[in-house]
Amino acid sequence: MPEPTAVSTMTDAPTNNNAVIIGAGQAGAQAAFSLRQQGFKGRVVLVGDEPTLPYQRPPLSKAYLAGELPEARLYIKPQGFYDKADIELLTSARVEGIDPGARQVRLAGGDTLAYRHLVLATGGRARRLNCPGADDPRVHYLRTLEDVRGLQADFVAGKRLVVIGGGYVGLETAAVAARHGLQVTVLVARPTVLNRVCGPEVSRFFTQVHRDAGVALCCDTAITAIRAESQYLVIDTNNGYSVQADLLVVGIGLEPNLELAEAAGVSCDNGIATDENGRCSLPDIYAAGDCASHPSAIYARRLRLESVQNAVEQAKTVAASICGKHRPYTQAPWFWSDQFDLKLQSAGVVSGFDQSVVRGDPETRSFAVFYYRAGVLIAVDAINRPTEFVAARKLLDQGLSPSSEVVCNEAIPPADFAATVTGAKPVASHG
Amino acid sequence: MTIKVTYIEHDGTEREVIVEEGVNLMDAALDNMVPGIDGDCGGVCACATCHVRVDPDWADKLPAMEDTENAMLELADARDDRSRLACQIIAAPELDGLVVHTPEGQH
Ligand SMILES: Cc1cc2nc3c(=O)[nH]c(=O)nc-3n(C[C@H](O)[C@H](O)[C@H](O)COP(=O)(O)OP(=O)(O)OC[C@H]3O[C@@H](n4cnc5c(N)ncnc54)[C@H](O)[C@@H]3O)c2cc1C
Repeated sequence: MPEPTAVSTMTDAPTNNNAVIIGAGQAGAQAAFSLRQQGFKGRVVLVGDEPTLPYQRPPLSKAYLAGELPEARLYIKPQGFYDKADIELLTSARVEGIDPGARQVRLAGGDTLAYRHLVLATGGRARRLNCPGADDPRVHYLRTLEDVRGLQADFVAGKRLVVIGGGYVGLETAAVAARHGLQVTVLVARPTVLNRVCGPEVSRFFTQVHRDAGVALCCDTAITAIRAESQYLVIDTNNGYSVQADLLVVGIGLEPNLELAEAAGVSCDNGIATDENGRCSLPDIYAAGDCASHPSAIYARRLRLESVQNAVEQAKTVAASICGKHRPYTQAPWFWSDQFDLKLQSAGVVSGFDQSVVRGDPETRSFAVFYYRAGVLIAVDAINRPTEFVAARKLLDQGLSPSSEVVCNEAIPPADFAATVTGAKPVASHG
Repeated sequence: MTIKVTYIEHDGTEREVIVEEGVNLMDAALDNMVPGIDGDCGGVCACATCHVRVDPDWADKLPAMEDTENAMLELADARDDRSRLACQIIAAPELDGLVVHTPEGQH
């Protein structure tokens, strides 16, 4: 008889060394797999309130919305990987409370789960519009697969779509819709699109790109009411004019899901507050992803980021911490957005810059903007410029800051930027 | 139509899988439980976490490397002249029998 290996795994995996992960999204799924990759032997229970396998959200406003991707391709991993890694995935299961004293989480329906390690990966929910008429069923959001399913029937050529919000989700939705022959209007309350996430050169560029594609894009325009006519909606704005729509997509930001943490007494500070190792204020509780805020050494302040990279990296850090390893989360943030034929890749966090310089000519639809604060490079937006993006990630990770003269000189290839910096010491590096 | 692709893991484990034409080799790896590939960006050439190596004999049959893939590969661990991003290799008849080496993990 062979050794009963399954049984012996069970014995070194008592339930008192288990990990419970709340939220089965990008961060939760990554934490589960990373725990196994780091050698965690206990039970891993991944609890999510959505009905499907954990999936990627970026395609929801891109290829999936465009109908170019079947649903199964959204899944982060097929079911077989969960089985093989012995990850217990509970779908359509909502956690309603955490009792840190008793080390238990309470599920809707009354069941409880005991935990030794608890990971909060609860993500966030789309911020709701709050104006008269906002509860009309033709008003949609874009956070979940269910949201996209709900709007697909009306997302067809000829329909009038009004997008509320000029962030990435709004602009990506507008781009897909315009390509599909919908009549698209984008209403943005702020003075520019991508207001908090990009500098003025990039905002101007995307505004032009959308207008060239036939999108009616209006900034400084807040909506005051939505009125239902028999066949369509009328959207009133603070500028005194109204727009007709067959459907609305609202993309006005995310509210992190903090309620569970707050009720359990876990400290929050614009997100569930973690240290660089993903630990929260209470013992054996960790947080990762859109719901978490972490101290950033590069920016010398707390950041709560909404990106795949942040979710994946924080989850890897949390898994390492649970396994007793030290893998601080120090990577420079990065992000991408696809609109029309354009690939925007950004590295770093743009906010707080006092100088921006452009490499290349936006007219050619291929350029990069380098942002500085007090002479130090803090972020780069690269449009159809992957080489600049790659160089930027390395520079930011290493704390290197080439001069603005160097980065706008197209005769110097991006790979050589680092070498132009003298006397700079790397502050962080990664394998 | 389908082709055969063999994935060889870092420890030598070989896995021959059948891939539908038009499917990229990152998705094919996930569909067939091939470990060592993350694909964090979902296959849009934005993250370089589906780094694989392809034997040189196949070089001229592979789709040519675009600028983005070439740039992104600079973020992969220990890039060499066999390095490719699996999401950018689309199964096609001329790749029937292709052999792809997967790393232990992505960066
Ligand atoms: C339309 C769209 C486009 C995007 N595009 C990009 C892009 O191009 N690039 C990029 O880097 N990022 C993009 N993002 C952001 C990225 O998808 C998120 O940062 C990422 O999904 C965050 O992962 P997460 O696990 O923290 O949160 P989520 O993916 O939101 O997962 C959290 C999960 O927890 C569940 N949950 C919450 N509370 C409970 C509870 N009490 N009990 C059980 N389950 C619970 C939620 O229902 C959800 O399923 C996009 C996001 C959206 C919505």
